[in-house]
Amino acid sequence: MSVLYALLFYVATVLLIAGLVYKIRQYWITPAPLKIPTTPAPTTRGGVVLRMAREVVLFESLFKSNKWIWLFGYMFHVGLALVLLRHFRYFVDTTSFIWSWVPLISPIGKYAAFALVIGLLGLWARRILVDRIRYISSPSDHLMLALLVGIGSSGMLMTYVVHTDIIAVKVFFMGLMRFSIQPLPTDPLLLLHLGLVALLMIIFPLSKLLHAPGVFFSPSRNQVDNPREKRHIAAWAAKLDK
Amino acid sequence: MAAEFQTPEFREYPAVPNALVKDATAHLSPFIAKPNHQEQLGFPGELVENWEEKAIEKMGDLLSKYRGLRVYLDSCVKCGSCTDKCHYYQGTSDPKNMPVARQDLLRSVYRRYFTFAGKYFPKLVGARDMNREVLDEWYSYFHQCSQCRRCSVFCPYGIDTAEISMAAREIMDSIGHGQKYCNEILGKVQTVGNNLGLPGPALSATLEEFAEEIQDDTGLPVQIPLDVKGAEVLLITPSADFFAEPHIDGLMGYAKVFHEAGVSWTLSSHAAEAANFSMFIGSYSNMKKVAERIRDAALELGVKRIIVGECGHAWRVAYSFWNTLTGVGAGADASDEYALKLQRQLDPSVPQPMHICEFTYDLIQKGKLRFDKSANDHRTVTFHDSCNVARASRMGDWAGGQFDIPRAVIKACCNNFVDMDPDSIKEKTYCCGGGGGLLTDDLMEIRVKGALPRMEALKEVVDDRGVNTLAAICAICKAQFAKVLPYYNFPMHMLVSTHQLVGESLIMTGSNQEKALQPKQQAEAEATAEE
Repeated sequence: MSVLYALLFYVATVLLIAGLVYKIRQYWITPAPLKIPTTPAPTTRGGVVLRMAREVVLFESLFKSNKWIWLFGYMFHVGLALVLLRHFRYFVDTTSFIWSWVPLISPIGKYAAFALVIGLLGLWARRILVDRIRYISSPSDHLMLALLVGIGSSGMLMTYVVHTDIIAVKVFFMGLMRFSIQPLPTDPLLLLHLGLVALLMIIFPLSKLLHAPGVFFSPSRNQVDNPREKRHIAAWAAKLDK
Repeated sequence: MAAEFQTPEFREYPAVPNALVKDATAHLSPFIAKPNHQEQLGFPGELVENWEEKAIEKMGDLLSKYRGLRVYLDSCVKCGSCTDKCHYYQGTSDPKNMPVARQDLLRSVYRRYFTFAGKYFPKLVGARDMNREVLDEWYSYFHQCSQCRRCSVFCPYGIDTAEISMAAREIMDSIGHGQKYCNEILGKVQTVGNNLGLPGPALSATLEEFAEEIQDDTGLPVQIPLDVKGAEVLLITPSADFFAEPHIDGLMGYAKVFHEAGVSWTLSSHAAEAANFSMFIGSYSNMKKVAERIRDAALELGVKRIIVGECGHAWRVAYSFWNTLTGVGAGADASDEYALKLQRQLDPSVPQPMHICEFTYDLIQKGKLRFDKSANDHRTVTFHDSCNVARASRMGDWAGGQFDIPRAVIKACCNNFVDMDPDSIKEKTYCCGGGGGLLTDDLMEIRVKGALPRMEALKEVVDDRGVNTLAAICAICKAQFAKVLPYYNFPMHMLVSTHQLVGESLIMTGSNQEKALQPKQQAEAEATAEE
């Protein structure tokens, strides 16, 4: 089982990184031939950085739009961020100075899991109950929520109900990073949790989870509003000048 | 075409999203372009034989040229944020008029041919083959989008349905399945120089009539010059300003402002059109071709400034795209001879191009224009922000100047101004219902229904705040409102051009109006002195 999971995580990591590099490179090299920021837009690069920061950290546009989606979406994402930070403890030596914040944040991450799961359930309820959102949902949209709820709830069960040997889990993952396969505890919940996480890593670059890198490349949000001051021209478009 | 549809009722609670009515407007499609309309723009005359394949090929081509399209198609998480934001959805309740559902018409095909999940698990991710049913659905619903970008304001990733509907129309054009209205008009502008197909002599005669009208009214030798070499300003305005009401009154307003400012200006018969419908069909090459007529006219006439009249999408093309397309602007690279040729000629001390509202606003700021605001006292005015001005361009040198400047101009010449519901103005403004290439009689049903949210906001200020005048700054908005206001039981004459308000209250030096005011002002001054 340890070997199987070790291989699974190697494969998942390679696919996640390769997939993201491929997509990000694709976004990077595809030109944006026209200035299309949604205005009013910042007139300086610094302003754009602030706009993007508000979008990514506060979900500003979503807040303007719909308070329920914002609330559940925000709970989920902030919960997820804190839970991920808590999981650093499985991958780093927390006695070293640079990682000394990890034990400090861990207790917060423990409770953030509730926000994560409640947020997901709220979003899922809307997906089922609101006719407009039900209409636009594909099976994959429900499965994505099921996958994330599965990861979140299996993790919470291990934190609060059926504990697993987290020291051994840490030894396993620290081992993986040194290409040495250490024994992984075989509790079903842990195997389920890790299996779902690996699945999430694999589908990340193939799915709508690409919104995470995508938002940074969105021309309606990342362009400076200065078309009169600076000629903006893509290589393929410049060829049409005569 | 007979109107066989019901004008929507005003909703009791417009803020509550409508329940879905499937396929409510599935029957709506504009007329298909004829072979000659298609071919003059470089598109196949009719649906090509292997069009399914060609459509996918074109999609691939666009994906490699437009980062926005690629990112928007990948990034949507189906959160539902945009679902209740589109005026066409609000007016029709058709789920395919929800922005995300409209995007999905194309996204489903993108997924099938360009993504791993769609190639191997199409059902799971809602991916579809390109087929006749899909094409018909595209043709119908991508012509029920006015590319107003309201959805993009509310999307957490800024996904802009306008970009997707432009891409869909470009794909349809490329396989020979274009829209008659846009493509026929683009043919005229590319051959004659304006959307109307109005030849130079006819235009010249029309302008003389308007000038005479102003002269009779003011007693001043106000001109509307055409093709004057060496003029300081080239005015590029939508051709509707030459024939439609209330557009003409706006044009006469510009003429009065130029005259009073003492600035020499001219129109061009070669480029007597600000509108550029190529944007609506997503065609970069056609957009450049139409914009180049303006560049050519500017070079030919040797003007120092280019000013754009009241038009929404035209201002987007001018403000956001002209510099890219033809170099009308500043900041070209030292090696960029094409753009520099024009940029060296244009006056670098003012923005190029400039909106007529910016021009008038600057004169007001400098105290160069005087108004008799009482001339507009019979009006209580509200202002309709045009979508392309509000969400796709700017005026002035601060973000949001496109909201402040037209309002400042109106307030400078009117005593009574009221804004509509904050959720229906500025960046959240609702489309008039006729933008994006939909301003055609064959789409009257969607135009009337799409106007519902704007009409509801208008109704509120008419009933509660005594508004009797709706000011617009877009030729399409004006033409659309002139048609749809009566459907909602508003009088058509409540619609005005913004520069109509300016023109009707401007006190021109030496004019009949100034002379008539003098005794009144003298009396007022004496009364003040006696106190």
